[in-house]
Amino acid sequence: MAVSPATRLDAHKLRADFAVFDELVGGKPVAYLDSASSTQKPRQVLDAMREFYEHSYANVHRGVYDLAERATAGYEGARAKVAAFVNAPSHRELIFTRSATEALNLIAYSWGLDNLGPGDVVVITELEHHANFVPWQFIAKRTGATFAHIPIDDLGELQLDHLDEIASRGNVKVVANNLVSNTLGTINPVEKLAAWAHEQGAIMVVDAAQAAPHKKIDVQALGCDFLAFSSHKLCGPSGAGALWGRRDLLEAMQPFNLGGEMIRSVSLDRTSWNELPYKFEAGTPAIAEAYGFGEAIDYVSEVGLDAIEAHEHELVVQTMDALAEIPGIRIFGPPADRRTGIVSFELEGVHPHDVAQILNWEGVAVRAGHHCTQPLMTRLGVAATTRASFYLYSLPEDVDRLVAGLRKVKDTFGV
Amino acid sequence: MSELDQMYREVILDHYKNPRSHGVLEPHDAHAEGQNPLCGDEVTVYVRYDGDVIADVSFEGRGCAISQAATSMLTEIVKGRTAAEVAVMPKDELLEEIGIPLTPIRLKCALLGLGVLKVALHNSKGTPLPEEWQGMGDDLDLG
Repeated sequence: MAVSPATRLDAHKLRADFAVFDELVGGKPVAYLDSASSTQKPRQVLDAMREFYEHSYANVHRGVYDLAERATAGYEGARAKVAAFVNAPSHRELIFTRSATEALNLIAYSWGLDNLGPGDVVVITELEHHANFVPWQFIAKRTGATFAHIPIDDLGELQLDHLDEIASRGNVKVVANNLVSNTLGTINPVEKLAAWAHEQGAIMVVDAAQAAPHKKIDVQALGCDFLAFSSHKLCGPSGAGALWGRRDLLEAMQPFNLGGEMIRSVSLDRTSWNELPYKFEAGTPAIAEAYGFGEAIDYVSEVGLDAIEAHEHELVVQTMDALAEIPGIRIFGPPADRRTGIVSFELEGVHPHDVAQILNWEGVAVRAGHHCTQPLMTRLGVAATTRASFYLYSLPEDVDRLVAGLRKVKDTFGV
Repeated sequence: MSELDQMYREVILDHYKNPRSHGVLEPHDAHAEGQNPLCGDEVTVYVRYDGDVIADVSFEGRGCAISQAATSMLTEIVKGRTAAEVAVMPKDELLEEIGIPLTPIRLKCALLGLGVLKVALHNSKGTPLPEEWQGMGDDLDLG
């Protein structure tokens, strides 16, 4: 990947925005290699949220007083930022949710329950996070639809030559796929899948939780119908997620949760729904978190998605090269140029939980487990993996500490 | 002693690498399996009775060193005891045997085998099952 100076970021400089990197955790500076799970938060986002709470806070969409106006303007301003971040045609198509998981559940329930039945086929992939797998498995079961999966090859790439066989099993109605695999980092061919889904008369649902923080996303270029992502993986607070959906689909869908802002009027015998996007936002939302989501988008946009992608690529290459030198390590997933900043691996003879425990004492924070992708673990023939993942503040020195820690694990276990 | 030496002390690594009573027990009168969703540990325990006494016990599974070593140690503790005794065995007895400091998350690893064994005893002998183990093995029926 060619990187021009203009698209480079200075991770050392950016770390000044993150207080945790000035501290000792367990007696050591932390090499935080679990950003795919959740990122650290820059002071710009935290300061903005504090300021919002101190000077502009009230419930939204209700009061006529100044504070309520300010709060609503902050909340709706964030919606516009989040919508623009994925190039949504209209901010009215952008629904704030609690998380990407809730956004995917919203589609599965509100769209799936009314549009699926016997003879229909729901297509997911072997790479999905449980959040884009289990809701579809559950709704397929409830509606009598067939639940089919696109298998992967040994490198974790989708085997699209299975699509014809899947189409022969019934009416394909929905295709759900993550743009980037949270376990392997694989960048999936969502545009191709979206085109195929539309040929079948199906909708395309994209889980972008792991993609949105790391590469530019354009829902119109992807050609998808729904796209879900979250705030906390891109330097924003937890408790805020986003669902973008095509307006005609959202208009036709029944609401997901009922009560509060999603209602237009209620009488003893009937209730009508508010307009988009409020129809899908029941109850008082996570107001300051949504506001912080917008601030986080400003922060990562200023650093630049292209620069973030290039920075992570360099760290992935460094990590994969270094791990390849260690006997007994098996790296999962595709080559570096086909993935974002994630490296999953196993160390023969040592369970990932033990790897992570010993790395922790070296100040290295990695994730060990199935990463909410148990069908993928089954396909790979492992119960769990160790995963190192990067973000804009990650350093080559973090990777060096990971490698040194892995040598200590090997010494301890005598492998 | 460092944290590393405390947790991965020799006896733990020995039980992990050379688990006692490992494999399917044939014949067996009871068995149960369980998982620790946090790190994907899996344990299946097999029991053979002589009356109410646990005449023999074995396990198989895969998972972290703590979960597998603890279950291995557990088999040595419970052989020859009655089902009723083991059903009310306090977890501290096993934890003292393991003898290492455990964080709340790793505690779940260490106690997986004991919970699975108590489920096996409950299913075969009707011994009381503490509430914390009652959900074990339940899942969504998607079949």
